[in-house]
Amino acid sequence: MSEAPARARWSRRLVLALLLAPALLWLLALIILPHVDLAVLSFRERVAPREYTPSLAQYRTFFTEPLYWHVFVRTALLSATATLITLLVAFPIAWIIAKLARGRTSALLFVVCLIPFWVSETVRTLGWMILLRESGVLPAILVHLGITAEPVELLYHDATILVGLVYTSLLFMVVPLVGSLESLDNSLIEAAYDLGARGGAILRTIVIPHAAPGITAGCIVVFMLTLGNYLTPTLLGGKNSLWFTEQIYTQFITRFNWEQGAAFGFLLLALSTAMVWLGLKLSGQRFSDVMRRV
Amino acid sequence: MSSATTPAPAAAPDLEVRAVSKRFAAHAAVNELSFSVPRGSFFSILGPSGCGKTTLLRMIAGFIQPDSGAIAIGGRDMAHVPPNRRPVNMVFQHLALFPMMSVGENVAFGLARRGVGRAERTRRAGAMLERVGLAGAAAKRTDELSGGQRQRVAIARSMVLEPTLLLLDEPLGALDLKLREHMKVELKQLQSAFGTTFVYITHDQSEALVLSDRVGVMNQGHFEQLGTPQELYYSPATAFVAGFVGASNRLSGTVRAIDGALLEIDAGDGWQVRARAHTALAVGAPVQAYVRPEAMTLARTPAELPAGHSAHSGQVTDMLFDGASSALLLREARSRRELRIALPQTGAFADLRPGAQVCFGFEPERVVAFAAV
Repeated sequence: MSEAPARARWSRRLVLALLLAPALLWLLALIILPHVDLAVLSFRERVAPREYTPSLAQYRTFFTEPLYWHVFVRTALLSATATLITLLVAFPIAWIIAKLARGRTSALLFVVCLIPFWVSETVRTLGWMILLRESGVLPAILVHLGITAEPVELLYHDATILVGLVYTSLLFMVVPLVGSLESLDNSLIEAAYDLGARGGAILRTIVIPHAAPGITAGCIVVFMLTLGNYLTPTLLGGKNSLWFTEQIYTQFITRFNWEQGAAFGFLLLALSTAMVWLGLKLSGQRFSDVMRRV
Repeated sequence: MSSATTPAPAAAPDLEVRAVSKRFAAHAAVNELSFSVPRGSFFSILGPSGCGKTTLLRMIAGFIQPDSGAIAIGGRDMAHVPPNRRPVNMVFQHLALFPMMSVGENVAFGLARRGVGRAERTRRAGAMLERVGLAGAAAKRTDELSGGQRQRVAIARSMVLEPTLLLLDEPLGALDLKLREHMKVELKQLQSAFGTTFVYITHDQSEALVLSDRVGVMNQGHFEQLGTPQELYYSPATAFVAGFVGASNRLSGTVRAIDGALLEIDAGDGWQVRARAHTALAVGAPVQAYVRPEAMTLARTPAELPAGHSAHSGQVTDMLFDGASSALLLREARSRRELRIALPQTGAFADLRPGAQVCFGFEPERVVAFAAV
């Protein structure tokens, strides 16, 4: 008699397994397997044509060659800066969408944040180049207004890279922020106001603690996207960009040194993991709470 | 803290509202409303949802600016004073305790905003929690408390700032019935212990009657009547008050004859009812008369009815047992109108069954007639 419930349980598990199968296969085939392969690659050294020995040489190169770890640290710092700027720009937008705008206005503002993604990243970035290059639109306007005597080159600066990265990341910060701000009960803000708090105190004591999981989620996503971005820093920063993904690209494609490229890839993975861990520790958030906000 | 027993006679009322109006588009939420609340009293604003009572409360708290009129709190005009600088605190409908803070931090929040030092803040918050019966709860999270305890934290959070006026926006609405009954008593005790002026808004007439020194019955942006709970109950000024405050049987009909202050009303199909006219009415005018279930006396024969009662008869349709507020429903013999009559506590009529014939009567003075609108 006890067979029937047991069979029902088994069939339920089977259905669950079948439903999850495509995603799990995808994960295994396209993420886990290549990474295992890259890990193996990164821990070997070519001693002769077609002859390899296990070694830590690739990682040693990273630390002995200043260019590599300088670029690595620079990429981390610029990504963190871009994340912070994105947060500062996105917060007022998210506040307006979540708390001030109603119905259609709120939807419209969301669409405005989404519009950049209707155009492919390449075309979008090339558009920026048309605007910013020395013979481009913005330098011409500056000359016309008499702000600069000569057309200035606005491309290939760190600031240009930051502007491009913030622009690309904005939506990924706005979405989790809107989610967490929408769930903030307006009467809490009113109660704080009623108890004598001013705007700054309300933001610090009520809004930010409530939105902390959303802020952390947005920052993690934006930081990862920025750190792993290749196109924007390369096109807007040119030869000066010195972005770590570019170094990886160079190793794989130009130098054909897959072992070195794989080691760099794993260092970047370690960096983003460490930064996410640090971010969670500093903000006192739990990973599971934060991921629910993304 | 000022004591309720020795009010300063010359002191200005704690709250004075003068001809305040607020319109939203074409709708007048609050219309030329004036009243004042003396120091240390418990004032309720009672009205159905959408009557404008929340708008009125939010204007007193400072969240909304009135279109016209003036609000003075503790004798000081409040025009252009933002909520964070008014000597008023509010207990919100869903309490709005800060979930990101402990109970103690919630209570100390307002003190921190005033720049009170940490040690002093903790001491005063602890003392206030002790006063509302939550000693030692300071370290708890707000979601660890019961509904009644949360209520007390919300009151403590406001009272620790020693406001001139405490506003309460239907704070009992979210509680279950049993707790609500308990909190009603507790609120009244807290108010008399603190001696602070409370302004309480509710749609629940029982809350307003039990708690208040005075009640303003609000309808469509104005006060229908302002008085003590007894005045509202026994001498309603308008048909709205008679219908809204307490249970009432409504009889609509026309005036047949006038006999001094008493009217003879035809309450349908020739059923004659005598009633006290609240306003001057002419013969033939349509009227609405209200009579409370407990104002009617039951009897098995007309002879048993007290002298001076008008005698009527009807058929029992239902017995509604509800302990002390048990009642029966009957259909009046001539008009076939359904009436609700309170059953006496003696249990004398507990044996009645649906279908039984009974007599009932009432003193004409206890039926109030208003011109029908």
